[in-house]
Amino acid sequence: MTDSEIPRERPLSPHLQIYTPMLTMMMSIVHRMTGAALYFGTVLVVWWLVAAAAGGSYFEQVNGFFASWFGQLILFGYTWAAIHHMLGGLKHLVWDTGRGFELPTTELMARLSLGASIVLTILLWIVAYGMK
Amino acid sequence: MSLRTPLSRVRGLGSAKDGTEHWWHQRLTAIANVPLVIGFAVVLLNAVGKPHAEVAALLGSPFVVILLLLTVGSITWHMRLGMQVIIEDYLHNEGVKIAALIANTFFCVCMAVAGGYAILKLGFAS
Repeated sequence: MTDSEIPRERPLSPHLQIYTPMLTMMMSIVHRMTGAALYFGTVLVVWWLVAAAAGGSYFEQVNGFFASWFGQLILFGYTWAAIHHMLGGLKHLVWDTGRGFELPTTELMARLSLGASIVLTILLWIVAYGMK
Repeated sequence: MSLRTPLSRVRGLGSAKDGTEHWWHQRLTAIANVPLVIGFAVVLLNAVGKPHAEVAALLGSPFVVILLLLTVGSITWHMRLGMQVIIEDYLHNEGVKIAALIANTFFCVCMAVAGGYAILKLGFAS
């Protein structure tokens, strides 16, 4: 019998639930969440593309779904997730150079990326619909 | 004194045998995604809801086909790398983790092939 066979509670490092939520932390979590959402959302985009390639009444059905208010709402959320994830990624590219780690800078970048993600999403829709 | 061979040291690939490749490809595709995804989004938001003839004409343009193909390639590679990190962070059971990593690759390849084929079919149809 050695000590190692006795199961013991191992100490754990502090995790999310003990920290006060902060904007920079939320943006980090949202970055991963939008990434995962975009991942599974590719099914929708590919579904529409395959339907367009198939054509006929199947395309009418799928296309009608995305043109409906519900479909447009999903697409709007999807575009926002893409833009937010993109801005978060650009932030990481700045950090990759070793710059922008000062607390006021990270706070500012968090606020900017949240604000800009909403503004740019609306702008993207205006551009896309303006070209229709 | 190090037990590492000189060859191992000069290769600099570490214990995972792929060095910084994962990190580098994530950044490479991230940078590529910026212009590609914006173009992709504008084209798709523009096309969605239009009659099939108009959609086929828009997605039949060589410029659009090339843009969409590059985007599908870059995003599916990027999302495979990203999901791999999520899986490795949260799944600690070795069997479940390996199964999830395999499923991740299968999913991303399926999206790439399905999306790529649909784009090519529309492109060659017009």
